[in-house]
Amino acid sequence: MNINYLASLIAVIVLFLLAYVGVEAAGLRYFFGVLLPYLAVIIFIVGFVKKIVGWAKTPVPFPIPTTCGQQETLSWIKPAKIDNPTTGFGVFVRMLLEILFFRSLFRNTKMELREGDKLSYEWEKWLWLFALAFHYSFLTVLLRHLRFFLEPVPGCVKFLESMDGFLQIGLPGIMISGILLLAALLFLLLRRIFIPQIRYISLASDYFPLFLIMGIAITGILMRYFIRVDIAGIKELTIGLVTFHPIIPDGIGGLFYVHLFFVSVFIAYFPFSKLMHAGGIFMSPTRNLTTNTRATRHINPWNYDVKVHTYEEYEDEFREKMIGAGLPVEKES
Amino acid sequence: MSEPRPDELIRKMEHKSPQKGWMDTPVNIRKGMYCYASNPKSVEYLGLPNARAWNPLDVDWKLPPDWKEIIHKGFRERLDKFRSFKIFMDVCVRCGACADKCHFFIGTGDPKNMPVLRAELLRSIYRNDFTVAGKIFGKLAGAREMTIDVLKEWWYYLFQCTECRRCSVFCPYGIDTAEITIMGRELLNLLGLNIDWIATPVANCYRTGNHLGIQPHAYKDMIDFFIEDIEEVTGVKVDPSFNQKGADILFITPSGDVFADPGTYTAMGYLILFHYLKEMGLNVTWSTYASEGGNFGFFTSHETMKRLNKKMYAEAKRLGVKWILGGECGHMWRVVNQYMDTMNGPADFLEVPVSPITGTRFENAKSTKMVHIAEFMADLIKHKKLNLDPSRNDHLKVTYHDSCNPARGMGMLEEPRYVMKNVCNNFYEMPPNTIREQTFCCGSGSGLNAGENMEQRMAGGFPRANAVKHVHEKYGVNMLSCVCAVDRAALPPLMDYWVPEVGVCGLTELVANALVVPGEAERTTDLRGEELQVKEEEDKNV
Repeated sequence: MNINYLASLIAVIVLFLLAYVGVEAAGLRYFFGVLLPYLAVIIFIVGFVKKIVGWAKTPVPFPIPTTCGQQETLSWIKPAKIDNPTTGFGVFVRMLLEILFFRSLFRNTKMELREGDKLSYEWEKWLWLFALAFHYSFLTVLLRHLRFFLEPVPGCVKFLESMDGFLQIGLPGIMISGILLLAALLFLLLRRIFIPQIRYISLASDYFPLFLIMGIAITGILMRYFIRVDIAGIKELTIGLVTFHPIIPDGIGGLFYVHLFFVSVFIAYFPFSKLMHAGGIFMSPTRNLTTNTRATRHINPWNYDVKVHTYEEYEDEFREKMIGAGLPVEKES
Repeated sequence: MSEPRPDELIRKMEHKSPQKGWMDTPVNIRKGMYCYASNPKSVEYLGLPNARAWNPLDVDWKLPPDWKEIIHKGFRERLDKFRSFKIFMDVCVRCGACADKCHFFIGTGDPKNMPVLRAELLRSIYRNDFTVAGKIFGKLAGAREMTIDVLKEWWYYLFQCTECRRCSVFCPYGIDTAEITIMGRELLNLLGLNIDWIATPVANCYRTGNHLGIQPHAYKDMIDFFIEDIEEVTGVKVDPSFNQKGADILFITPSGDVFADPGTYTAMGYLILFHYLKEMGLNVTWSTYASEGGNFGFFTSHETMKRLNKKMYAEAKRLGVKWILGGECGHMWRVVNQYMDTMNGPADFLEVPVSPITGTRFENAKSTKMVHIAEFMADLIKHKKLNLDPSRNDHLKVTYHDSCNPARGMGMLEEPRYVMKNVCNNFYEMPPNTIREQTFCCGSGSGLNAGENMEQRMAGGFPRANAVKHVHEKYGVNMLSCVCAVDRAALPPLMDYWVPEVGVCGLTELVANALVVPGEAERTTDLRGEELQVKEEEDKNV
């Protein structure tokens, strides 16, 4: 047993109990249904903005893009306009591909030592595939939840739902995004637990978000398919939250509060964790800078003068020898 | 040599992770895997902190009493000055995509050589000292306190990274371990914890203008030897100029190529090329003051890099040249391409580089005003300005090693290939996952090219050598070409170790072999004195 995932799993179970017991036994509905969600949102906004502003205020002293293709030099050599972008548009496309399609991760290979001493590299697509599946299904689930915050429910949200539920299995219809989300989470978790290298580098703070999002997904799926909850009441609560007229309708079960509590913990935890990669990816200097670094001068705001060994000092030291060797000098001794 | 045999080294590459967590596994500084500590005289000459004799194997590293505070403050300062550092400390999700991309991890199997863990060595301290989560959750959030063991671990592993940036190609957030190593080494240098293979070249370069400490008269002497050698092979006497005011172009190249084989043949190549072009209007001069293209300051700190780099522009200004032509070197071109203009520009006293032979204006270098010799030669060949006889390289079966920095810090991939294909008939690429932006480091970059760390170098160079072995066995490749002076120093022993029978050469050496110089005698050997392959028709006559 590994302390890192055990601790994270236990943490999520404790969170579950806190909310469930807090609501069902102690009746802390207002606390878990109104106060904590508001507090979490405030922490999220303040934390997120602080982090982004902190990054943004930090200078980028040198242009250090990683060039992943041919540079633009001679007119007859075809440059890689996206992987070695010299224009803002090239950078825009590079970033778009990174952010929407995880392009760098797409390159992933797996190294193997074969026949004793032959290295081989194979395209490793699974991490890329499941990472995409995870992020897009999570996004879909998130967007679907707009139905709880908007009245009337916008057409685009309904459309998304109908796309998501096109399989039409059973009643209520199965939403693919939820299943995919859980499957992708499971993949990401299992690779951390079973691939020795990945287990070795994983921290508790890598398992915790996985378990937490699983908790969110599982409680959501339970409410949708297995345990009846008062949807109308829940919507009253969520609409109350977003319109700043919070109310706690009767008859919403503890499971919903657990779901909401998990979400609250998730968003409050977000700015203080690795989840901030969501913001960082936009600002990574190895990706978001143009590579025309010899054509345009990049300014370092804190550039300062340094002590150098001048030519005069150099000649002073070596003048005799230079003259002896017939090298031109500035001063003939 | 006491380093393990190749088969022993391969057996060590288990890539197994220990049962105990990495935070609980103390560093074991092992002979053969590290470089000697910096010579205090070199540190002192540069005015860098804590110059004293010390030994990495000793328990006491003779640190200043307030070393923890120095590190903490230095860390803070760099977080505030470099967005890269701050973001790279924050956003890693430890997906592990970088792990088996590192030549040192592949070659040593040591889990702390996974780029992600190398960075975690610093991140753990970052979390502890500067983040809320680290302060509240401690080890669970991946935080740990700075201790002398952690410092030693930093030193050991930050000097097992060659800043090659291969991992940064694969990272979904572009996290660049080179950047992390650069910051880490800066911090170590605040305590005087450099290695001597960096510190002494830097001190040399500061004083004499080049890493090897070659004084001006000796520099000229060495080139004079080349002139004799060239005359022997070609019958042509070349006549380079030094420190000449009023030249059009200043030529700067790494001193390693002036100093030792096989780089010397590349240096001879430059001399032959410039001689050939002289008639056509090329007026180029060499400098003994700016006699170093490379910049080991880059492996020390940003400030030291700037101090060494400054003399390129200073010398160009003093001599009144129009622009600068740069020779074949790896990290030199990372510095020139991504740092020089920002640090020591604007070079408004220079002109936008124009080739005096072809009239090509190098718009891509219009601000920095420095052109790579491969770009320059590719342009010459495209305009048919060079009379080439590629059959003079027929005794060679050549492959090309993209040097890390020109590949991933510049993107110079096609120019050298274009030149290569025009000067030799037998050119074979290594497998796609080992070239271009995915190229593997020689294993000795960023100042790790010493003699005492042979095991480390041979292990780190294993992925590169393995790809060479592939084309050696498949096509009979017997020459590994490259555009980097560190490569030319580092790859020959690597080849001897893993793929004997494969030599190492520079691009310009191959060009000079093929270049038909007016007035030359019939060549019977290449620049190395190796017999040329006898042409078929002559074969019949014999």
